[in-house]
Amino acid sequence: MKKIRQPRRWEIWLWPLVTAALLLAVWQYSVLWTRTNVFPSPLGVWHGILGLSHEHVLWADIGASLRRVAVGFGAAVLVGIPLGLCLGWFPALHQVVNPVLEILRPISPIAWIPVAIVFFGVGDPAAIFLVFLGAFFPIVVACVGGVSSVPPLFRRAGRNFGLSNAQLLRRVVFPAALPQILIGLRIALGIGWLVVVAGEMIAVDSGLGYLVIDSRNSGKRYDLVVAAMLIIGIIGLILDAGFRTIERIRSVRWGFRHAV
Amino acid sequence: MSLPHTVIAASAAKPKLQVTGLSVVYQSNGKPLAAVEDINLEISDGEFVCLVGPSGCGKSTLMNAMGGFLSPSRGSVAIDGETVSGPDRRRILVFQEYAVFPWLTVEGNIGFGLSKLPREEREQRIAHYVELVRLQGFEHAYPSDLSGGMKQRLQVARALAVNPDVLFLDEPFGALDSITRVLMRAELLRIWQAERRTIVFVTHETDEAVQLADRVVVLSSRPARIQDILTIDIPHPRNISSPRYLALRDELLKMIGLAYEI
Repeated sequence: MKKIRQPRRWEIWLWPLVTAALLLAVWQYSVLWTRTNVFPSPLGVWHGILGLSHEHVLWADIGASLRRVAVGFGAAVLVGIPLGLCLGWFPALHQVVNPVLEILRPISPIAWIPVAIVFFGVGDPAAIFLVFLGAFFPIVVACVGGVSSVPPLFRRAGRNFGLSNAQLLRRVVFPAALPQILIGLRIALGIGWLVVVAGEMIAVDSGLGYLVIDSRNSGKRYDLVVAAMLIIGIIGLILDAGFRTIERIRSVRWGFRHAV
Repeated sequence: MSLPHTVIAASAAKPKLQVTGLSVVYQSNGKPLAAVEDINLEISDGEFVCLVGPSGCGKSTLMNAMGGFLSPSRGSVAIDGETVSGPDRRRILVFQEYAVFPWLTVEGNIGFGLSKLPREEREQRIAHYVELVRLQGFEHAYPSDLSGGMKQRLQVARALAVNPDVLFLDEPFGALDSITRVLMRAELLRIWQAERRTIVFVTHETDEAVQLADRVVVLSSRPARIQDILTIDIPHPRNISSPRYLALRDELLKMIGLAYEI
């Protein structure tokens, strides 16, 4: 008989740490072996991170990136959720709008950079617009999917208790679709964080994306480039983990696989 | 004091629910398909009526039409003399599948139809029905923490809480295991005797019908017509090995065309 064993507490931490350590070792060894003086070693990057964290500019850049994502993502939520709920609620409207959405959706927000600059000029609004675009479509798609997959039984029960259309949407359809909407929001936030870096490389002169490109352009400081990349990765991880805690709230947990 | 008496007498004489010449015709591949044909039925206040028939005969269609979820092609349904023209909280349907809301607690589900009541009354009503369906201790539990039988009791409580005139149950225990099903019948009878609501109960189990109903309406196969009506004149609690029970059950089996031997 095969036993399904719960991993011990220390194992949960140990193996990922071993993997990371192995990767760092390979990296360090490769740098030594190729005798490159362009690409930094892990130690060099560590010094880069320490150096950056002592400077005000790193925190200002992190703040700028987070602010752009917050505004762009927030706007996408405010526009995308009502629109998605509407499209899910009125299938006829969805049929009319869907082809346009389907054409716009696969276009990378990065391809919008020139258009964003034409619309908004070089500056904050352009970068925020790109984040908005990246987050908007996954939110709309998740809302449409969420609303149209609400079991008809729930709607019938709601109608039976005398709910009007607006009440049915608020008290039955929205909560029933919420788990799926939250998945869409989490994906959208991840995309927003990806896109803001690209936007900051071109449209503005602050933020982590700018830090990456500026470190390269002003003196080929690849230790700082990689340091900034790692910081981007870690913040992305924290954002995602933060969002996942929302999925554990009791009134939505029923809709997630890891529930029960 | 004679006035209330006459009022009661008058209302007892009039049926609670009256189905007149009801037919439902579906369009199937462009051809009309009769699901329910010319049903005439009167159900009095507080009566427990079972609709029995072969599966797919149109029992659920008939119930949906009586509940106002489906408009009849011909004929009409009236409750207290008022024609049924759509879903309404005065007649609540309880489904076989678990139609309780998974995002609400037990309390939230029972209180779902009570949002217009003042808070205190609402809480009293919730507490009353939690107790009636014996879910004490689970007030703050979510449906995912409840067993199948508990979920169905919750659905019944949610329905009763809005004080419906008629409760329609569409094979409510069909998805439960056979032991739970028997326990749930006893629970339903207890609840019915406590609250005396008019109940229309769809089932395809003859035992279930004879154990529960005052009258069993036997429907023919599609299109559903009333084939027979069997009055179950055994008082509750019913002894299910008594000769009278067995005789009535056999009679019902005979009406359905499934007599005696397998």
